[in-house]
Amino acid sequence: MRYDTIVIGAGLSGLAAGIRLAMFDKKVCIVEKHVELGGLNSFYVRKNRTFDVGLHAMTNFTAKGVRSSPLGKLLKQLRFSHDDFRLCQQEISEVRFPEKSFRFTNDFEFMRQEVAEQFPDQIDGFNKLAEKILAFDELNLDDGERLLSQPVLESFISDPVLIDMLFCPLMYYGNAREGDMDFYQFVIMFKSIFIEGFSKPEGGMHYILHLMAERFKELGGELKMGNGVKTINASAGTVGSVTLENEEELDTVAVLSSMGYVETLNRCQPELAETGTCETGQVSFMESLFVVDKEPRELGYDRSIVFFSTQPRFNYKVPADLIDISSGVLCCSNNFKYPKPLEEGLIRLTNLASFDKWDSLPRKDYIAAKKEWRGRALEELFTFSPDFRDNVVFLDSFTPKTIKRYTGHINGAVYGSPEKIKNGKTPVKNLYICGTDQGFLGIIGATLSGISMANLHLLR
Amino acid sequence: MTIEEVRQIILNILADIAPDEDISSIDDNTKLRDQIDLDSMDFLDIVMELRKRFNIEVPEKDYEHLATMAGCVSYLTPLLKNRPLASS
Ligand SMILES: Cc1cc2nc3c(=O)[nH]c(=O)nc-3n(C[C@H](O)[C@H](O)[C@H](O)COP(=O)(O)OP(=O)(O)OC[C@H]3O[C@@H](n4cnc5c(N)ncnc54)[C@H](O)[C@@H]3O)c2cc1C
Repeated sequence: MRYDTIVIGAGLSGLAAGIRLAMFDKKVCIVEKHVELGGLNSFYVRKNRTFDVGLHAMTNFTAKGVRSSPLGKLLKQLRFSHDDFRLCQQEISEVRFPEKSFRFTNDFEFMRQEVAEQFPDQIDGFNKLAEKILAFDELNLDDGERLLSQPVLESFISDPVLIDMLFCPLMYYGNAREGDMDFYQFVIMFKSIFIEGFSKPEGGMHYILHLMAERFKELGGELKMGNGVKTINASAGTVGSVTLENEEELDTVAVLSSMGYVETLNRCQPELAETGTCETGQVSFMESLFVVDKEPRELGYDRSIVFFSTQPRFNYKVPADLIDISSGVLCCSNNFKYPKPLEEGLIRLTNLASFDKWDSLPRKDYIAAKKEWRGRALEELFTFSPDFRDNVVFLDSFTPKTIKRYTGHINGAVYGSPEKIKNGKTPVKNLYICGTDQGFLGIIGATLSGISMANLHLLR
Repeated sequence: MTIEEVRQIILNILADIAPDEDISSIDDNTKLRDQIDLDSMDFLDIVMELRKRFNIEVPEKDYEHLATMAGCVSYLTPLLKNRPLASS
């Protein structure tokens, strides 16, 4: 038997690509090395509680009936209705710096007003920037000249604090590059966070993942879990098959891989000339989850998400220490407009972290370091927010090392390599990539990436 | 297949591709994309549904014939005329 396409990875991009291919009667198999779905956006169970790993919030919220937006396109292409995703909108989020803060909701005019109040002398420039962003074609798959964001922002905005405050959420939620951000990526993230906005699915990420996996199987797709791809067998520049960890060999006409560009090349047999020559991503995070015995709002936490910096200037780079406590993301999962409240309070805290530092610790120091740095991150948070330590009934943390272990991404790099392969092509003719390294990031981005690569390369 | 049946087939495909859209009041001579929100990805889906359901290949140069309902019907009726109304 020969497959039309083997999809590597049952994360969001792989599942989405699989659905598109199965929908048009392609013989397709998704191969996933982990025993759970989701990859970077998976979930795990501890003490009878199910925790989302990746999901703070879904970006790109648009209302039912809006069909030209990224969410609208995604639903249409996968043939889900808006109601199927059971999205519950955010309450209110905030970007919080030492001297200034502004709030935002899913209504961009509200944020515009906040910026005008906080930065009256910058609002004209901000409005012009917003116009430029709205007119920008960020989805063009051709590689144009590299345009970085900092100089563009400086041409509109003269207050570096406002620039940093705009960068903070957009970088945390979708920047693979340290220090600056490609401008097309800035535009994607600006639209998806500030203009469109946040929601969460009722039932969490495992609800959406299972919805997608079920659709894939109904359409006749095959899903192999807990059995990764060991080698991609590509002689003379063409893939003929893949070999799995259990030595099973699957013949295929094409391969679409979501494991990452370098990760994919590393699996090719015989070795490709390009292997080892490409840049890998470095940006990763430590995240701690706190189950609390009250609704977060009763503890003084009434925002959906807070992006903060406790230093006047925000620095998005791999920290010299294990983590950088001076900036972060605080997410209160409860503060979304659910039809009925969640059973327990849940607060999550995310900070930039260094894969190399975590990876070099011996096992026992690793456990101790998690505890120590979780404590330090909390101390820093409590310099501007109420202390909730007495209300914690369960806690857990994961690090870049955890992310690498479960998703295979080199350095636990959540947003992959800073160099994106927008057309999804590799040196091997019928081997394509989708997901993180193709360039659409986050939950909605990864899903659209799977769809567009399947359409472009495997359905024509 | 009759002209009416071919029209119904297109409607069925549109209903699958755009489940949240009202397709009951489509005007045959106005561009489809001006009546319901269809982009180039959706046109690709129409073409692929035709391939899947009827084994009809529409080459890229002919996509323009699918712009209106009337265009779809006149382009597809000759291709479908000897087919019984099977899976639609
Ligand atoms: C802590 C954290 C928080 C996040 N928060 C958000 C958020 O709030 N909002 C948001 O939109 N995004 C968020 N993200 C980002 C989002 O999760 C990712 O952008 C998205 O899930 C990427 O999907 P993907 O399909 O590209 O990659 P992946 O999910 O990594 O999919 C790749 C899959 O391939 C599998 N794989 C790897 N190697 C092999 C192999 N050899 N054989 C078989 N399978 C293999 C992996 O196990 C994985 O399942 C977060 C991520 C993290 C880590």
